Amino acid sequence: MNYIFYFLIVISIIFGAINGKLSDVVNAILSGAELSVKVAFSLIGIMAFWLGMMKIAEKSGLVEIIAKIIKPITKRLFNEIPEESPAIGDIAMNFSANALGLTNAATPIGLKAMEELQKHNKDKKSASNAMCMLLAMNTAGFQLIPATVIAVLIGVGYKNPTEIIAPTLLVTSIAFVSAIILAKTFEKFWAKQQIEESQNEDSEDSL
Amino acid sequence: MMQTISLWALPAIILLILTMGLFKKIPLYETFTEGAKEGFKVSVNIIPYLVAIIVGISMFRASGAIDFIGQVFAPLLAKFNVPADTLPIMIVRSLSGSAALGVFSDIANNLGPDDYATKLSAVMVGSSETTFYVLAVYFGAVGISKLRYALLVGILADFIGIVAAILVCNLVFLS
Repeated sequence: MNYIFYFLIVISIIFGAINGKLSDVVNAILSGAELSVKVAFSLIGIMAFWLGMMKIAEKSGLVEIIAKIIKPITKRLFNEIPEESPAIGDIAMNFSANALGLTNAATPIGLKAMEELQKHNKDKKSASNAMCMLLAMNTAGFQLIPATVIAVLIGVGYKNPTEIIAPTLLVTSIAFVSAIILAKTFEKFWAKQQIEESQNEDSEDSL
Repeated sequence: MMQTISLWALPAIILLILTMGLFKKIPLYETFTEGAKEGFKVSVNIIPYLVAIIVGISMFRASGAIDFIGQVFAPLLAKFNVPADTLPIMIVRSLSGSAALGVFSDIANNLGPDDYATKLSAVMVGSSETTFYVLAVYFGAVGISKLRYALLVGILADFIGIVAAILVCNLVFLS
Protein backbone atom coordinates (compact mmCIF):
# COMPACT_ATOMS: atom_id res chain seq x y z
CA MET A 1 0.00 0.00 0.00
CA ASN A 2 2.93 2.33 0.71
CA TYR A 3 4.11 2.05 -2.88
CA ILE A 4 0.65 2.48 -4.37
CA PHE A 5 0.08 5.61 -2.32
CA TYR A 6 3.49 6.95 -3.32
CA PHE A 7 3.20 6.21 -7.04
CA LEU A 8 -0.39 7.39 -7.32
CA ILE A 9 0.66 10.82 -6.09
CA VAL A 10 4.06 11.00 -7.84
CA ILE A 11 2.58 9.91 -11.20
CA SER A 12 -0.22 12.45 -10.78
CA ILE A 13 2.27 15.26 -10.21
CA ILE A 14 4.49 14.20 -13.13
CA PHE A 15 1.56 13.82 -15.56
CA GLY A 16 0.02 17.02 -14.25
CA ALA A 17 3.26 18.85 -15.00
CA ILE A 18 3.58 17.35 -18.52
CA ASN A 19 -0.06 18.06 -19.41
CA GLY A 20 0.04 21.54 -17.92
CA LYS A 21 -2.63 20.51 -15.42
CA LEU A 22 -0.58 20.98 -12.28
CA SER A 23 -3.02 23.49 -10.81
CA ASP A 24 -5.88 20.99 -11.34
CA VAL A 25 -3.84 18.34 -9.54
CA VAL A 26 -3.20 20.65 -6.62
CA ASN A 27 -6.89 21.61 -6.47
CA ALA A 28 -7.74 17.91 -6.46
CA ILE A 29 -6.01 17.57 -3.08
CA LEU A 30 -8.51 19.93 -1.50
CA SER A 31 -11.56 18.59 -3.31
CA GLY A 32 -10.51 14.98 -2.63
CA ALA A 33 -9.99 15.63 1.08
CA GLU A 34 -13.36 17.37 1.27
CA LEU A 35 -15.07 14.55 -0.58
CA SER A 36 -13.60 11.95 1.82
CA VAL A 37 -15.11 13.68 4.83
CA LYS A 38 -18.42 14.14 3.01
CA VAL A 39 -18.51 10.43 2.19
CA ALA A 40 -17.67 9.46 5.76
CA PHE A 41 -20.24 11.84 7.26
CA SER A 42 -22.95 10.81 4.84
CA LEU A 43 -22.38 7.25 6.10
CA ILE A 44 -23.01 8.08 9.77
CA GLY A 45 -26.80 8.09 9.69
CA ILE A 46 -27.36 5.06 7.52
CA MET A 47 -24.56 3.24 9.34
CA ALA A 48 -26.25 3.90 12.70
CA PHE A 49 -29.59 2.69 11.30
CA TRP A 50 -28.28 -0.61 9.99
CA LEU A 51 -26.04 -1.30 12.96
CA GLY A 52 -29.14 -0.81 15.12
CA MET A 53 -31.18 -3.16 12.95
CA MET A 54 -28.38 -5.72 12.93
CA LYS A 55 -28.20 -5.63 16.73
CA ILE A 56 -31.87 -6.64 16.87
CA ALA A 57 -31.32 -9.30 14.20
CA GLU A 58 -28.41 -10.65 16.17
CA LYS A 59 -30.17 -10.80 19.55
CA SER A 60 -33.29 -12.39 18.08
CA GLY A 61 -31.20 -15.19 16.57
CA LEU A 62 -32.03 -14.24 12.98
CA VAL A 63 -28.38 -13.77 12.02
CA GLU A 64 -27.63 -17.20 13.45
CA ILE A 65 -30.39 -18.81 11.38
CA ILE A 66 -29.09 -17.24 8.16
CA ALA A 67 -25.57 -18.28 9.08
CA LYS A 68 -26.74 -21.89 9.46
CA ILE A 69 -28.41 -21.89 6.05
CA ILE A 70 -25.27 -20.88 4.18
CA LYS A 71 -22.87 -22.83 6.42
CA PRO A 72 -21.85 -25.30 3.68
CA ILE A 73 -20.47 -22.41 1.60
CA THR A 74 -18.97 -20.24 4.33
CA LYS A 75 -17.27 -23.22 5.95
CA ARG A 76 -15.12 -23.54 2.85
CA LEU A 77 -14.60 -19.84 2.18
CA PHE A 78 -13.93 -18.78 5.75
CA ASN A 79 -12.40 -21.91 7.23
CA GLU A 80 -10.38 -19.96 9.84
CA ILE A 81 -13.50 -18.54 11.46
CA PRO A 82 -15.37 -20.62 14.07
CA GLU A 83 -18.84 -21.63 12.87
CA GLU A 84 -20.59 -20.04 15.84
CA SER A 85 -19.03 -16.60 15.22
CA PRO A 86 -21.54 -13.83 14.41
CA ALA A 87 -19.19 -12.92 11.54
CA ILE A 88 -20.63 -15.75 9.43
CA GLY A 89 -24.20 -14.44 9.72
CA ASP A 90 -23.04 -10.88 9.03
CA ILE A 91 -21.18 -12.02 5.92
CA ALA A 92 -24.32 -13.78 4.68
CA MET A 93 -26.41 -10.65 5.27
CA ASN A 94 -23.76 -8.49 3.58
CA PHE A 95 -23.79 -10.71 0.50
CA SER A 96 -27.60 -10.77 0.31
CA ALA A 97 -27.81 -6.97 0.62
CA ASN A 98 -25.19 -6.55 -2.12
CA ALA A 99 -26.95 -9.01 -4.41
CA LEU A 100 -30.22 -7.12 -3.98
CA GLY A 101 -28.46 -3.85 -4.78
CA LEU A 102 -28.95 -2.44 -1.27
CA THR A 103 -25.53 -0.81 -1.04
CA ASN A 104 -26.64 1.43 1.83
CA ALA A 105 -27.39 -1.64 3.92
CA ALA A 106 -24.54 -3.78 2.61
CA THR A 107 -21.74 -1.44 3.67
CA PRO A 108 -22.66 -1.09 7.39
CA ILE A 109 -23.33 -4.84 7.64
CA GLY A 110 -20.06 -5.59 5.83
CA LEU A 111 -18.15 -3.33 8.21
CA LYS A 112 -19.72 -5.10 11.16
CA ALA A 113 -18.58 -8.41 9.65
CA MET A 114 -15.07 -6.94 9.32
CA GLU A 115 -15.08 -6.05 13.02
CA GLU A 116 -16.13 -9.59 13.91
CA LEU A 117 -13.34 -10.95 11.71
CA GLN A 118 -10.87 -8.60 13.39
CA LYS A 119 -11.65 -10.35 16.71
CA HIS A 120 -10.27 -13.58 15.22
CA ASN A 121 -7.30 -11.85 13.58
CA LYS A 122 -3.88 -12.53 15.08
CA ASP A 123 -2.15 -9.43 13.69
CA LYS A 124 -4.51 -6.47 14.07
CA LYS A 125 -2.69 -4.36 11.46
CA SER A 126 -2.61 -6.93 8.70
CA ALA A 127 -5.52 -8.43 6.78
CA SER A 128 -6.36 -12.05 7.65
CA ASN A 129 -7.28 -14.57 4.96
CA ALA A 130 -10.93 -14.27 5.95
CA MET A 131 -10.78 -10.48 5.61
CA CYS A 132 -9.23 -10.74 2.16
CA MET A 133 -12.04 -13.13 1.19
CA LEU A 134 -14.76 -10.79 2.44
CA LEU A 135 -13.10 -7.93 0.58
CA ALA A 136 -12.87 -9.98 -2.61
CA MET A 137 -16.59 -10.73 -2.37
CA ASN A 138 -17.34 -7.03 -2.00
CA THR A 139 -14.94 -5.55 -4.56
CA ALA A 140 -16.29 -7.92 -7.20
CA GLY A 141 -19.66 -6.21 -6.67
CA PHE A 142 -22.07 -9.04 -7.33
CA GLN A 143 -25.52 -7.59 -8.01
CA LEU A 144 -28.68 -9.13 -9.47
CA ILE A 145 -30.09 -5.95 -11.04
CA PRO A 146 -27.95 -2.93 -12.01
CA ALA A 147 -30.66 -0.42 -11.01
CA THR A 148 -28.64 2.79 -11.48
CA VAL A 149 -27.43 1.81 -14.94
CA ILE A 150 -30.96 0.89 -16.03
CA ALA A 151 -32.20 4.25 -14.76
CA VAL A 152 -29.63 6.05 -16.94
CA LEU A 153 -30.57 3.93 -19.96
CA ILE A 154 -34.26 4.68 -19.50
CA GLY A 155 -33.33 8.36 -19.21
CA VAL A 156 -31.80 8.39 -22.70
CA GLY A 157 -34.71 6.53 -24.23
CA TYR A 158 -33.33 2.99 -24.37
CA LYS A 159 -36.25 0.92 -25.65
CA ASN A 160 -35.55 -2.35 -23.91
CA PRO A 161 -33.33 -1.65 -20.88
CA THR A 162 -33.94 -5.08 -19.38
CA GLU A 163 -31.90 -6.68 -22.17
CA ILE A 164 -28.86 -5.37 -20.32
CA ILE A 165 -29.66 -7.42 -17.19
CA ALA A 166 -28.70 -10.89 -18.43
CA PRO A 167 -25.28 -9.95 -19.89
CA THR A 168 -24.48 -7.88 -16.79
CA LEU A 169 -25.47 -10.72 -14.49
CA LEU A 170 -23.28 -13.13 -16.45
CA VAL A 171 -20.28 -10.78 -16.32
CA THR A 172 -20.70 -9.94 -12.64
CA SER A 173 -20.99 -13.66 -11.80
CA ILE A 174 -17.80 -14.43 -13.71
CA ALA A 175 -15.96 -11.63 -11.88
CA PHE A 176 -17.39 -12.71 -8.51
CA VAL A 177 -16.45 -16.37 -8.89
CA SER A 178 -12.99 -15.38 -10.18
CA ALA A 179 -12.47 -13.13 -7.15
CA ILE A 180 -13.29 -16.00 -4.79
CA ILE A 181 -11.07 -18.47 -6.64
CA LEU A 182 -8.22 -15.93 -6.73
CA ALA A 183 -8.56 -15.16 -3.02
CA LYS A 184 -8.52 -18.89 -2.19
CA THR A 185 -5.50 -19.46 -4.43
CA PHE A 186 -3.50 -16.56 -2.99
CA GLU A 187 -4.40 -17.75 0.50
CA LYS A 188 -2.41 -20.93 -0.18
CA PHE A 189 0.63 -19.36 -1.82
CA TRP A 190 0.94 -15.98 -0.15
CA ALA A 191 3.23 -15.80 2.88
CA LYS A 192 1.30 -16.32 6.09
CA GLN A 193 0.61 -13.41 8.41
CA GLN A 194 2.76 -14.44 11.37
CA ILE A 195 5.76 -15.40 9.24
CA GLU A 196 5.58 -12.09 7.45
CA GLU A 197 5.53 -10.31 10.73
CA SER A 198 8.53 -11.96 12.33
CA GLN A 199 10.83 -12.42 9.34
CA ASN A 200 10.45 -9.55 6.97
CA GLU A 201 8.89 -6.35 8.09
CA ASP A 202 9.27 -4.65 4.69
CA SER A 203 7.97 -7.21 2.27
CA GLU A 204 4.58 -7.42 4.00
CA ASP A 205 3.11 -4.43 2.33
CA SER A 206 4.95 -4.71 -0.92
CA LEU A 207 1.55 -4.34 -2.51
CA MET B 1 -40.87 -8.87 -11.68
CA MET B 2 -37.21 -8.04 -11.03
CA GLN B 3 -38.14 -4.43 -10.28
CA THR B 4 -40.70 -5.57 -7.71
CA ILE B 5 -38.05 -7.63 -5.94
CA SER B 6 -35.75 -4.60 -5.77
CA LEU B 7 -38.52 -2.42 -4.41
CA TRP B 8 -39.60 -4.86 -1.72
CA ALA B 9 -36.20 -6.17 -0.65
CA LEU B 10 -35.48 -3.42 1.86
CA PRO B 11 -38.93 -3.19 3.52
CA ALA B 12 -39.08 -6.99 3.68
CA ILE B 13 -35.73 -7.26 5.47
CA ILE B 14 -36.70 -4.55 7.97
CA LEU B 15 -40.08 -6.20 8.64
CA LEU B 16 -38.43 -9.57 9.11
CA ILE B 17 -35.85 -8.22 11.57
CA LEU B 18 -38.38 -6.27 13.66
CA THR B 19 -41.04 -9.01 13.70
CA MET B 20 -38.54 -11.65 14.69
CA GLY B 21 -37.23 -9.35 17.44
CA LEU B 22 -40.74 -8.71 18.77
CA PHE B 23 -41.54 -12.43 18.62
CA LYS B 24 -38.44 -13.22 20.69
CA LYS B 25 -39.36 -10.46 23.19
CA ILE B 26 -36.25 -8.35 22.47
CA PRO B 27 -36.49 -4.73 23.73
CA LEU B 28 -36.52 -3.31 20.18
CA TYR B 29 -35.92 0.39 20.85
CA GLU B 30 -33.12 -0.10 23.39
CA THR B 31 -31.39 -2.73 21.31
CA PHE B 32 -31.60 -0.58 18.19
CA THR B 33 -30.07 2.48 19.85
CA GLU B 34 -27.40 0.34 21.49
CA GLY B 35 -26.27 -0.90 18.08
CA ALA B 36 -26.72 2.46 16.36
CA LYS B 37 -24.26 4.14 18.75
CA GLU B 38 -21.46 2.41 16.89
CA GLY B 39 -22.38 4.16 13.64
CA PHE B 40 -20.62 7.39 14.42
CA LYS B 41 -17.41 5.73 15.61
CA VAL B 42 -17.10 3.50 12.55
CA SER B 43 -17.77 6.39 10.14
CA VAL B 44 -15.18 8.62 11.77
CA ASN B 45 -12.63 5.80 11.93
CA ILE B 46 -12.57 5.44 8.15
CA ILE B 47 -11.83 9.13 7.46
CA PRO B 48 -7.99 8.90 7.44
CA TYR B 49 -8.11 5.90 5.07
CA LEU B 50 -10.64 7.58 2.80
CA VAL B 51 -8.59 10.78 2.64
CA ALA B 52 -5.48 8.85 1.60
CA ILE B 53 -7.25 6.91 -1.15
CA ILE B 54 -9.67 9.56 -2.42
CA VAL B 55 -7.07 12.37 -2.51
CA GLY B 56 -4.64 10.09 -4.39
CA ILE B 57 -7.33 9.11 -6.90
CA SER B 58 -8.60 12.68 -7.32
CA MET B 59 -5.06 13.85 -8.10
CA PHE B 60 -4.59 10.97 -10.54
CA ARG B 61 -7.80 11.81 -12.39
CA ALA B 62 -6.98 15.52 -12.53
CA SER B 63 -3.50 14.86 -13.95
CA GLY B 64 -4.75 13.52 -17.29
CA ALA B 65 -2.90 10.22 -16.77
CA ILE B 66 -6.11 8.31 -17.56
CA ASP B 67 -6.27 9.79 -21.09
CA PHE B 68 -2.66 8.75 -21.62
CA ILE B 69 -3.33 5.15 -20.56
CA GLY B 70 -6.36 5.20 -22.85
CA GLN B 71 -4.28 6.24 -25.85
CA VAL B 72 -1.75 3.48 -25.17
CA PHE B 73 -4.39 0.76 -25.11
CA ALA B 74 -6.69 2.11 -27.83
CA PRO B 75 -5.08 0.26 -30.82
CA LEU B 76 -5.13 -3.07 -28.96
CA LEU B 77 -8.78 -2.70 -27.92
CA ALA B 78 -9.89 -1.66 -31.40
CA LYS B 79 -9.06 -5.22 -32.49
CA PHE B 80 -11.73 -6.56 -30.12
CA ASN B 81 -14.45 -4.16 -31.34
CA VAL B 82 -14.07 -2.02 -28.25
CA PRO B 83 -15.09 1.59 -28.97
CA ALA B 84 -12.52 4.15 -27.78
CA ASP B 85 -15.24 5.99 -25.85
CA THR B 86 -15.54 3.13 -23.37
CA LEU B 87 -11.82 3.16 -22.46
CA PRO B 88 -12.06 5.70 -19.61
CA ILE B 89 -14.71 3.49 -17.97
CA MET B 90 -12.38 0.49 -17.83
CA ILE B 91 -9.68 2.51 -16.13
CA VAL B 92 -11.91 4.56 -13.86
CA ARG B 93 -14.39 1.96 -12.65
CA SER B 94 -12.05 0.47 -10.02
CA LEU B 95 -11.08 3.94 -8.80
CA SER B 96 -14.29 5.94 -8.59
CA GLY B 97 -17.88 4.79 -8.87
CA SER B 98 -19.31 8.27 -9.42
CA ALA B 99 -16.74 8.98 -12.15
CA ALA B 100 -17.55 5.70 -13.94
CA LEU B 101 -21.26 6.48 -13.77
CA GLY B 102 -20.53 10.00 -15.04
CA VAL B 103 -18.59 8.76 -18.06
CA PHE B 104 -21.33 6.22 -18.75
CA SER B 105 -24.03 8.91 -18.63
CA ASP B 106 -21.95 11.01 -21.05
CA ILE B 107 -21.66 8.13 -23.50
CA ALA B 108 -25.36 7.26 -23.24
CA ASN B 109 -26.40 10.90 -23.75
CA ASN B 110 -23.99 11.64 -26.60
CA LEU B 111 -24.12 8.42 -28.60
CA GLY B 112 -27.69 7.44 -27.82
CA PRO B 113 -29.30 4.22 -26.66
CA ASP B 114 -28.63 2.19 -29.82
CA ASP B 115 -24.87 2.63 -29.94
CA TYR B 116 -22.73 -0.39 -29.06
CA ALA B 117 -20.57 1.82 -26.79
CA THR B 118 -23.63 2.57 -24.65
CA LYS B 119 -24.45 -1.11 -24.23
CA LEU B 120 -20.87 -2.16 -23.50
CA SER B 121 -20.34 0.60 -20.95
CA ALA B 122 -23.69 -0.20 -19.32
CA VAL B 123 -22.58 -3.79 -18.75
CA MET B 124 -19.15 -2.68 -17.53
CA VAL B 125 -20.52 -0.18 -15.04
CA GLY B 126 -23.38 -2.42 -13.91
CA SER B 127 -21.11 -5.36 -13.16
CA SER B 128 -18.48 -3.54 -11.12
CA GLU B 129 -17.87 -2.19 -7.68
CA THR B 130 -15.34 0.53 -6.84
CA THR B 131 -12.46 -1.63 -5.62
CA PHE B 132 -10.33 1.13 -4.09
CA TYR B 133 -13.25 2.67 -2.23
CA VAL B 134 -14.40 -0.66 -0.80
CA LEU B 135 -10.84 -1.40 0.23
CA ALA B 136 -10.39 1.94 2.04
CA VAL B 137 -13.74 1.71 3.82
CA TYR B 138 -13.68 -1.96 4.83
CA PHE B 139 -10.06 -2.09 5.97
CA GLY B 140 -10.17 1.46 7.34
CA ALA B 141 -13.05 0.58 9.64
CA VAL B 142 -10.91 -1.95 11.52
CA GLY B 143 -7.55 -0.20 11.13
CA ILE B 144 -5.94 -2.63 8.69
CA SER B 145 -3.00 -1.04 6.86
CA LYS B 146 -1.27 -4.19 5.56
CA LEU B 147 -3.43 -5.41 2.71
CA ARG B 148 -1.51 -8.58 1.78
CA TYR B 149 -3.09 -9.95 -1.44
CA ALA B 150 -6.45 -8.19 -1.07
CA LEU B 151 -5.84 -5.39 -3.59
CA LEU B 152 -4.22 -7.74 -6.11
CA VAL B 153 -7.28 -10.01 -6.02
CA GLY B 154 -9.59 -7.02 -6.43
CA ILE B 155 -7.69 -5.66 -9.43
CA LEU B 156 -7.35 -9.05 -11.12
CA ALA B 157 -11.07 -9.71 -10.68
CA ASP B 158 -11.83 -6.27 -12.14
CA PHE B 159 -9.64 -7.09 -15.12
CA ILE B 160 -11.40 -10.43 -15.61
CA GLY B 161 -14.69 -8.56 -15.40
CA ILE B 162 -13.63 -6.18 -18.19
CA VAL B 163 -12.52 -9.04 -20.45
CA ALA B 164 -15.76 -10.91 -19.71
CA ALA B 165 -17.82 -7.79 -20.48
CA ILE B 166 -16.09 -7.35 -23.85
CA LEU B 167 -16.56 -11.01 -24.79
CA VAL B 168 -20.17 -11.27 -23.61
CA CYS B 169 -21.21 -7.99 -25.30
CA ASN B 170 -19.52 -9.06 -28.50
CA LEU B 171 -21.58 -12.25 -28.47
CA VAL B 172 -24.88 -10.73 -27.38
CA PHE B 173 -25.01 -7.37 -29.15
CA LEU B 174 -22.76 -7.70 -32.20
CA SER B 175 -23.48 -11.15 -33.59
